[in-house]
Amino acid sequence: MLDKNQIAQRIAKEVKDGYYVNLGIGIPTLVANFVRDDISVEFQSENGILGMGPFPYEGEEDPDLINAGKQTITALPGASFFDSAMSFGMIRGQHVDLTILGAMEVSQNGDIANWKIPGKMVKGMGGAMDLVASAENIIVAMMHTNRAGESKLLKECTLPLTGVACVKKIVSNLAVMEVRDGKFHLLERAPGVSVEEIQQATEGDLVVEGDIPEMKF
Amino acid sequence: MINKTVANVREACEGIEDGMTFMLGGFGLCGIPENIINELVRRNIQGVTCISNNAGVDDFGLGLLLKKHQIKKMISSYVGENAEFERQMLSGEMEVELVPQGTLAQRCEAARTGIPAFFTPAGYGTEVAEGKETREFNGKMHIMERAFEADFSFVKAWKGDEAGNLIFKGTARNFNPAMCGAGKITVAEVEELVPAGELDPNQVHIPGIFVQRIFQGEKYEKRIEQLTVRKK
Repeated sequence: MLDKNQIAQRIAKEVKDGYYVNLGIGIPTLVANFVRDDISVEFQSENGILGMGPFPYEGEEDPDLINAGKQTITALPGASFFDSAMSFGMIRGQHVDLTILGAMEVSQNGDIANWKIPGKMVKGMGGAMDLVASAENIIVAMMHTNRAGESKLLKECTLPLTGVACVKKIVSNLAVMEVRDGKFHLLERAPGVSVEEIQQATEGDLVVEGDIPEMKF
Repeated sequence: MINKTVANVREACEGIEDGMTFMLGGFGLCGIPENIINELVRRNIQGVTCISNNAGVDDFGLGLLLKKHQIKKMISSYVGENAEFERQMLSGEMEVELVPQGTLAQRCEAARTGIPAFFTPAGYGTEVAEGKETREFNGKMHIMERAFEADFSFVKAWKGDEAGNLIFKGTARNFNPAMCGAGKITVAEVEELVPAGELDPNQVHIPGIFVQRIFQGEKYEKRIEQLTVRKK
């Protein structure tokens, strides 16, 4: 079973040379730490920066330089700043190559829910609805089950949706899956996790074809 | 040159009334019009609708207005950092309209550029789409969103000149440009106000035509919401 850093590490393998990438809050933020340094990638933060760098050194933080998680960051050589309307123009106009975000639930037709638990948590959708509605290439980073052990990969989402039929790939603590033709397709297993365990943890339809390899990092 | 300067924040906020709709720039606590927010608190303006991506934190930014129950309705995309906000929302004391962030920005941009409505795919198939016109373009479903209507836009820039030209810094730019000219009156507060001619016209982000009043803020706290650093 993978921890959060290992999920991020596996997702980092999906980031290709020349990609502009938007990283969501939580596990997706960690992906930046694992991208190979022999490829050229620029991270976009939707509050208005392309070319986002690591956290600043102690004492060098700038209140006018933050990411979408409101954390202090730095700008790398070649970075640019822009306003929110232009930022979402980039996203809506499909200029961003890859979007990586977290989810509370994903359904087998690619619906995603990650912004609201009625009566309990209503923080708002932020930029998630814009991102999932427009991005061609969406990878979800998530835990396969909730704290009670119930599956978060469902036939149909139970929570209010963020977007419909948009998720293409999921990397969970148990597996890598593709969402295609209204089903989850198992691609890789986490080290030491069996196909049966993944099947048991998946409420939605899971297609298993042939031998499923263990993930490589 | 048409001079847009006003003496101070009190003059800048002339004409604000209870029940009005305000746009306020900023993302989190970054690039918020601090001096104007303090003035709204001081004037104890009541029953206002605020269009702002976030609602501040409990003791800074729009959180100060929330604490005094001055806000009737918030229109935002993310309000997760504010306990008082959540309490007032769940208890029904305050009305909240949650809007996808890109749609929020575009509804401001549309207002300032004379576009009454537009279609976006964001929120299609979700509760955001409820009651809205939908339409298919290029095989994809979209929902119609309308431009905002606001009495005042309150924005914050890094530098400005007497003509109302504005330059922003870093990610403090965020929602501020799209709000300039989106409300009936745009008030800009800046860290540094310079005479006309001192800003390089090539570097101006927002031309003064979108700004009616400009002043230099008395002081800026520029609080950091999430300080994240690495060791040298």
